Amino acid sequence: MRITLNVWRQKNTNAAGAMKRYEVPNVSPDMSFLEMLDVLNEELIEKKDADGPVTFEHDCREGICGSCGFMIDGLAHGGNERTTVCQLHMRHFKDGDDLVLEPWRATAFPVLRDLMVDRSAFDRIIASGGYVSVSTGSAPDGNAIAIRKLDSDLAMDNAQCIGCGACVAACPNASASLFTSAKIAHLGHLPQGQPERLERAKKMVDQMNNELFGSCTNIGECEAVCPKGIRIESIALMNRDYSKASMMERPSTGDLGFG
Amino acid sequence: MSAVAANSTLHRTLEFWQASIGKKTVMAVTGGILVGFTLVHMAGNLQVYLGAEVLNNYGRLLKSNLGVLWGARLFLLATISLHLTAAFQLWSLKSKARPVAYQKLSSTKSSYASRTMYISGPILFFFIVYHLSHLTTGQTHPSFDEGDVYRNVILGFRDPIAFGAYLIAMGCLGFHLIHGVWSAFQSLGVNHPKYTPKLRNLATGLTALIVGGNLSIPVAVMFRLIGSDVQ
Repeated sequence: MRITLNVWRQKNTNAAGAMKRYEVPNVSPDMSFLEMLDVLNEELIEKKDADGPVTFEHDCREGICGSCGFMIDGLAHGGNERTTVCQLHMRHFKDGDDLVLEPWRATAFPVLRDLMVDRSAFDRIIASGGYVSVSTGSAPDGNAIAIRKLDSDLAMDNAQCIGCGACVAACPNASASLFTSAKIAHLGHLPQGQPERLERAKKMVDQMNNELFGSCTNIGECEAVCPKGIRIESIALMNRDYSKASMMERPSTGDLGFG
Repeated sequence: MSAVAANSTLHRTLEFWQASIGKKTVMAVTGGILVGFTLVHMAGNLQVYLGAEVLNNYGRLLKSNLGVLWGARLFLLATISLHLTAAFQLWSLKSKARPVAYQKLSSTKSSYASRTMYISGPILFFFIVYHLSHLTTGQTHPSFDEGDVYRNVILGFRDPIAFGAYLIAMGCLGFHLIHGVWSAFQSLGVNHPKYTPKLRNLATGLTALIVGGNLSIPVAVMFRLIGSDVQ
């Protein structure tokens, strides 16, 4: 099959970008979307194209690392349910399709080059509170702490988030609520996460706001494109924990003159 | 000393307002108050079907205690101001968070109503201003008579332009409520597989009730089902 691509080309963060058109003839329906781009890039290298090969991020190509992702015709990861762009195959497209490829667009995700963006903002949100403090030493016994099956399932569901950024990209407000809430819900459902639960929600949400992500309007575009099926139910949990943390914040007993 | 100031209630309230989730909480609560007002307002207005005397007595009752009347008006003004300010600030954050627009952005499962809250909202604001000048203060009414609420309603809705304005406004209100009522619960942190489908139904039911009830009045007037004797 023959595919026409309109690809966003941008040399670096500060350069102005523009759309460029490329024809990819002889696309096999068995190729993944990234393999099709590999074919295009080999051709661009061979032809010594002035812009060079199209830069896109990728690593495992198994849909589990969270490296890849860009917009295909206005849909994050191409809009196939629970699919990263590396797992999206060309059989989902038709011969003669004319596709627009753009990087995730958000102030917090500056474009590094072409379809690749800098997602360090996510790392800073995690660093602000997406952890549990544990005593190190000898490994604890497995299953020493009882966890309700449902809570363990909910924690695992949220732990699936690979931080790809599709939620931010698909959101008309460029909100990072789904990502941040998945991290908060992941630890918030586990007994190990309880001691720092409210502080965590407060710190991570504050960091999310500092990164200039937009606000959530509860429309649900994020959960539709999330390759890991994170639900906006997690955003409600984040809202709950954040409000509780804000309202229950109090001076320490020392400041009150006790102890 | 700064440690004490940092823990003050005012500081915490301001910090909560600064956060987008705090503003959404304010929007949910103020939105809830406004939905409540809209319901009561509609129930009061439906007395138009009971005739001129009942409606005019109801009008007099509302204005009988100036303290209560102005207390309620100022409370509603404060509620709307908070709702609007939060909405405006969140809306301006949107363009800051994504200054470069997509050449192509498609939507998947989100509803039209949910994506157009920033359009239906401002239209409703201008409608409220018009509505007040139409049936409360009378500047945009063809022949306003302060004491005769019934006559004002009947003559007001016979004007096709006013009729059209109310029709459009109720359409916007429907869009705003069908997403807003459910969304308010989500903002407040209520989302549960058992209750969320019911909340969605509640949003649909409330929307149908409010839009249907409100729209029935201008329609009944226009088709001379009520007030056909008013000249």
